[in-house]
Amino acid sequence: MTSGQTPAVELRELTKRFGGVAANAGVNLRVKAGTIHGVIGENGAGKSTAMKLLYGMLRPDAGDILLGGTRCNWASPADAIARGIGMVHQHFMLAGPYSALDNILLGAEPVRRGVIDRPAARRKLEALAGQYGLSVDWDRPIEELPVGVQQRVEILKLLYRDARILILDEPTAVLTPQETASLFENLRKLRAEGKTILLVTHKLKDVMSFTDRVTVFRAGKVTGEVATAQTDPQELANLMVGRKVVLGLHVPPARPRPEPALEVAKLSLKGGAGSRHRLAEVSFAVRRREIVGIAGVEGNGQSELVQAILHPRESRCRTAGVVRVLGREVTSWAPRKIRELGVAVIPEDRLLEGLLPERPVRENFLLGLQRSRAFSVAGFIDSQRLSEAASVAVKEYDVRPPDLDLPAGKLSGGNQQKLIVAREFQRQPSLLIAAQPTRGVDVGAIEFIHQRIVAARDGGAGVLLVSSELDEVLTLSDRILVMYEGRVVAEFERGRVTERELGLKMGGA
Amino acid sequence: MKRIIQPVLAVAVGLIAGLAVTWGAGENPWHVFRILVKGAFGSGYDVGMTLFYATPLIFTGLSVAVAFQAGLFNIGAEGQLTLGALAAAAVGAVWPGLGSPLAPVLAGAVALAAGTAWGAIPGWLRARRGSHEVINTIMLNFVAAGLASYVALYMIKNPDSQNPETRPIGAGYGLAHFGLFGGAPVSAALPLALLAALLVWILMGRTALGFEIRAVGQSEAAARAAGIDPGRIRIIAMALAGGLAGLVGIGEVLGNSGRFILGFSPEYGFMGIAVALLGRNQPAGVVAAALLFGALHKGTAELDLETEHVTREVSLVFQALIILCVSADGVWCWMGRGERWSVGASERGAGGAGGREMRWK
Ligand SMILES: Nc1ncnc2c1ncn2[C@@H]1O[C@H](COP(=O)(O)OP(=O)(O)OP(=O)(O)O)[C@@H](O)[C@H]1O
Ligand SMILES: [Mg+2]
Repeated sequence: MTSGQTPAVELRELTKRFGGVAANAGVNLRVKAGTIHGVIGENGAGKSTAMKLLYGMLRPDAGDILLGGTRCNWASPADAIARGIGMVHQHFMLAGPYSALDNILLGAEPVRRGVIDRPAARRKLEALAGQYGLSVDWDRPIEELPVGVQQRVEILKLLYRDARILILDEPTAVLTPQETASLFENLRKLRAEGKTILLVTHKLKDVMSFTDRVTVFRAGKVTGEVATAQTDPQELANLMVGRKVVLGLHVPPARPRPEPALEVAKLSLKGGAGSRHRLAEVSFAVRRREIVGIAGVEGNGQSELVQAILHPRESRCRTAGVVRVLGREVTSWAPRKIRELGVAVIPEDRLLEGLLPERPVRENFLLGLQRSRAFSVAGFIDSQRLSEAASVAVKEYDVRPPDLDLPAGKLSGGNQQKLIVAREFQRQPSLLIAAQPTRGVDVGAIEFIHQRIVAARDGGAGVLLVSSELDEVLTLSDRILVMYEGRVVAEFERGRVTERELGLKMGGA
Repeated sequence: MKRIIQPVLAVAVGLIAGLAVTWGAGENPWHVFRILVKGAFGSGYDVGMTLFYATPLIFTGLSVAVAFQAGLFNIGAEGQLTLGALAAAAVGAVWPGLGSPLAPVLAGAVALAAGTAWGAIPGWLRARRGSHEVINTIMLNFVAAGLASYVALYMIKNPDSQNPETRPIGAGYGLAHFGLFGGAPVSAALPLALLAALLVWILMGRTALGFEIRAVGQSEAAARAAGIDPGRIRIIAMALAGGLAGLVGIGEVLGNSGRFILGFSPEYGFMGIAVALLGRNQPAGVVAAALLFGALHKGTAELDLETEHVTREVSLVFQALIILCVSADGVWCWMGRGERWSVGASERGAGGAGGREMRWK
């Protein structure tokens, strides 16, 4: 164990460049042992890069990493793991079809006489899981488990390898409030046992309630370090962005037009194999110039609902119901025709559904618009116009770095999201379906995206907002529908419900 | 830049390794190398034969590359080209009276159609029935071979020949040979192959359809979410792949033998996989790789006569070594000390494993 004085982790003048971009330009960071240390900063500020350097996944161009005062020079994550560092990535690194158990063992297989000793590993893991109350279905393929459980698996993976220093990169971005609460409860337990935790996050609320100290990144540098007890969210937000940020946007009330942008009538979906939830007689309408928020714990039918609206033909298990988009019944339409009516979509899972990670930003900006009149003439793509529009949009939406040739997968998470938002708004939508639109996005960008959504509404679009972020639903929605087990169980007008009430309804009360 | 240097280096290393093998077999590698170069490029006729061998490889290489861009592995180019050639020969044998230019155009179009259909079948099976195209294309290769034997031996058999082949096509079908190459059967099929490469390049890089094909190959989920129908795109891509392979029949039947001869292809379809791999699934790369393999095929043919210890089969050794060098991705990575760690192939559990299969770099 390290003494009280020497920090458990210290980064000194850490520098890392990618081509022309200095992702880290002299990062200094000290973390005391046995604390939860928050790391915050704008999208692309270099948080993940610093963490990957610490974890040995990237090698610094200059600077030092010190653990308990001794200098370390990792050649690979294996070295870092051997020294007790563990990391849960912003985008999980799990092998989809393998079971939870095998995912944990992967890379650290307990071998006895040349074969993997699964029973022994299982016993050890079950003990660990019991100790922290992290229950997991060990034998199901990991891809079938909810994200919250996938994350538990990632954490158990670290504990199984006896990590003493845990790095969590935006662990709560994809979690429900309940899952978040239980995660932090566990982190506290781990802290009490003397583990050191680095928590990268965009959620100032979480920073305020669970960390001991906070380090703020901006543009590859550390711009401040404060004790959590001596700061407040507004100050942190300002430190992050370098200007005054409006937390809690004021949204003027809607003046909806009578005609609906989206109507869903008595939509029912039988659950297919593997998915528990279905939709039961879901009916609602989104008028033009109105934002309807769907609140609910993830996995209560929201994803199925969005799928049923956008891919009505493929929703094979649909038993009944009608979907009308902008006055047209689309229940048997091809997805492309629906999108061409003027439907923009911000998908829930940006890496999987929103982007071609290996393709350049330019092509990602084209995705879905490749047959639009803006960019194509008789099936040929007008690359000149595409480049122009893409560079304008990248500037307007502040995607950093503004490099059209960079593979989209190399943008930081929040910048990927901004790219998707930029692309979808390019359609000038009459109906916008936004699922978790600000997941993993920094406070400045949240403010920006929220303003855009409200502007789209005021420009005449109907907006269906699906979010597990209560704040977001409460701020933006003119009406709120609560989904629970595939049903709409409650409906509220703007301002007529408190966070508490909403939380209770979401829990099925 | 790296995209060009890497395969060129790989070819060089592969060739050197191959020459080392001949040295191990008791030959003077320098001598072998000279025979190869002379065999492939020594005279107008030799160059012509190199081009003649390269032509079908351009078609099959493009075929594999187009399918691959859509994330599909076309092992079926062999069957597709067999059917294309058979169809062209059948048209020529059944209506021998037609004259040029209608005759060759008709036969060519039929070859294209036959290959297209033969490619579309596994595309449809994959898209709508979910059965894997690798298995289906392999099986269809056997079906095509069987079908070709039946037609050639029982339906339009050549009565004047002991060989398993169809009746000769009518005189109006034949394609003239370019005089430049000392009698080598270099016909209009070569410029057609280059044109095909150009068209594929335009399709893939410039059109909405090409973009959709690549999008499906990159990420099915993202393409689907963007309103693209991945099934439809897969069928189109496989049909295109099949059509490209089917065009092999033009050079072989109309431009060379004037009939369908069973077993005429020294496995051009499978060599197409290697060509696409070496050419990095890019049309220009495919053309270059096809020329290389054509030259190897021609050059090594001389080894039978001119050397004591090695025969033309060394060609396969060279091919294999070159492919090994090209696919040694890890080595290249290590040499470039790339940041492969950072954006892992399997970010985010669910998408990872699926997206990972068969990713050529
Ligand atoms: N492999 C890479 N190649 C090129 N540029 C990269 C690579 N990885 C990161 N970058 C760039 O480095 C910068 C810092 O990225 P990083 O992922 O560290 O940001 P972040 O602070 O974690 O942001 P976010 O909150 O959005 O996750 C970004 O501009 C990003 O585009
Ligand atoms: Mg990050």
